[in-house]
Amino acid sequence: MANSPILKVRNIETFYGAVMAIRGVSLDVEEGKIVTILGANGAGKTTLLKTISGVMDPEKGKIEFLGEEIQGMEPDKIVRRGIVHVPEGREIFPFLNVEENLMMGAYTRSDKKNFGADMDMVHSYFPILKERRSQQAGYLSGGQQQMLAIGRGLMSKPKLMLMDEPSLGLSPILVQEIFSIIRRLNKEQGMTMLLVEQNANVALKTADYGYVLEIGRIVMDDSSEKLLASEDVQEFYLGLQEEGQREQKRWKRRKTWR
Amino acid sequence: MQLLLSGLANGCIYGLLALGFVLIYKASEQLNFAQGDMMMFGAFLTITFVNNEWFGWPFLPGLLAAMVIMGTITYMMDKYLFRHIFGQPQFAMVILTIALGFVIRFVAGVIWGHEPTAINTPLAGKQVEFGGLVLGADDLSVIIVTFFLTIVLYLFFSRTKLGLAMQACSQNQLAAYYMGIPVKRVFSFVWALAGVLAAIAGVLFASKGTIDPASGLLGIKAFAAAVIGGFGSLPGALLGGLIVGIVEPFAARYLAPGFSQIAPYGIMIIVLIFAPNGLFAQMQNKKV
Repeated sequence: MANSPILKVRNIETFYGAVMAIRGVSLDVEEGKIVTILGANGAGKTTLLKTISGVMDPEKGKIEFLGEEIQGMEPDKIVRRGIVHVPEGREIFPFLNVEENLMMGAYTRSDKKNFGADMDMVHSYFPILKERRSQQAGYLSGGQQQMLAIGRGLMSKPKLMLMDEPSLGLSPILVQEIFSIIRRLNKEQGMTMLLVEQNANVALKTADYGYVLEIGRIVMDDSSEKLLASEDVQEFYLGLQEEGQREQKRWKRRKTWR
Repeated sequence: MQLLLSGLANGCIYGLLALGFVLIYKASEQLNFAQGDMMMFGAFLTITFVNNEWFGWPFLPGLLAAMVIMGTITYMMDKYLFRHIFGQPQFAMVILTIALGFVIRFVAGVIWGHEPTAINTPLAGKQVEFGGLVLGADDLSVIIVTFFLTIVLYLFFSRTKLGLAMQACSQNQLAAYYMGIPVKRVFSFVWALAGVLAAIAGVLFASKGTIDPASGLLGIKAFAAAVIGGFGSLPGALLGGLIVGIVEPFAARYLAPGFSQIAPYGIMIIVLIFAPNGLFAQMQNKKV
């Protein structure tokens, strides 16, 4: 790793009551990169993001952002430092209209001057949000709500976006559209992203670097190309199977990290 | 017609109180049974500032001071009291606010005594003739004040950042956290707003007659109004208040004595049977 990473997570442990959801995770995110975390249901991906954004507090470990320790801080302080969490399942404000939702994204900012320019920037990526700006957000379609959630996150002018399952519940074509916008944001705005996905295929094709999270632990990490090529990832996350001799698998592969 | 207007004026007060209930309920899903007592306390504060036997200030500065103090008290109440039981079962909050109501009533009784007290308002006792009707200036001022307050509140909730943030917190608390809205502080502001509204409602109530520490029990009627309007809807709360206010004098006039006391709750029961969400419920459906 050449540049020093803007986000450093070191050995964090997070609990849901008595259940240990994150069991000592460490990861780095470099500026301008897209880093993805792959994992099945219940692996702890969302918990990890919540811990970074301050909605949950870790019991142990350090989270360093731009050289400052931020673990255990209130979420609004963390947003002010430049990390925004785009939650899973499009948690928008259903009875506010689209424009008001975007305004809420800019809640932590006090510079009114750039507000219009940022709104235009969001509109340029998501033209539909401009068209629908006075409509109640609850009446948007699923894909539009996801776009709104991302746009709302952008309004806080983050240095790092935490994206939680942007593909959740969207049709394949919408998934492609959302991810092409994510790629453009990364290229054109230099937006650093930590992307959590179950859809490993599209995530790895978007990201530069990937971590594989399983039951609260990181079991693999490598550049996206290498992960895409890895047999384990292919088997367990991409759903590719080796052709067996009688066109079926003869034995179940064991994960190499087990 | 005269009945209608005085009912309307009463209804405005119920409506304002119900608004306080609903504000707090919407924001934090907590029921504040001390709302009526907060109203009474606010009225007595104003009496302290305005009446001649105490400070004898002019009316408006006195009212403003009472509003500020009420707002500060309720803000602090949320910050230092209610926040600690946040996450506990709702029951804990209900009991706490009921107890708090008793405490406020007791404190008010100790400070101001239990005699009904009137407030020195510039409009007290004056009458306005309007198209052959003789209206009390106090009734009229209640209606006008409520009307303007409604507009101010509407603008506050739809135009200001804090107002929008309050809506956002009540609609999706988690997302509000994600957006960096300081949710807990916003809740405290909601309480402050409810306190200010209570103070205004209290002064309006006192201006129509007298107030004593037991007047806080009016809060239960406002609660009925909030239920009729549909808990969780601000316009519904106001309208529910108006319905209760209008029904009361008509029931007193045309039905057997005693019915006016029951009528609001009767309506509440009927509404609960036929429209369990209230008349103006804001339906919540999230797309998945």
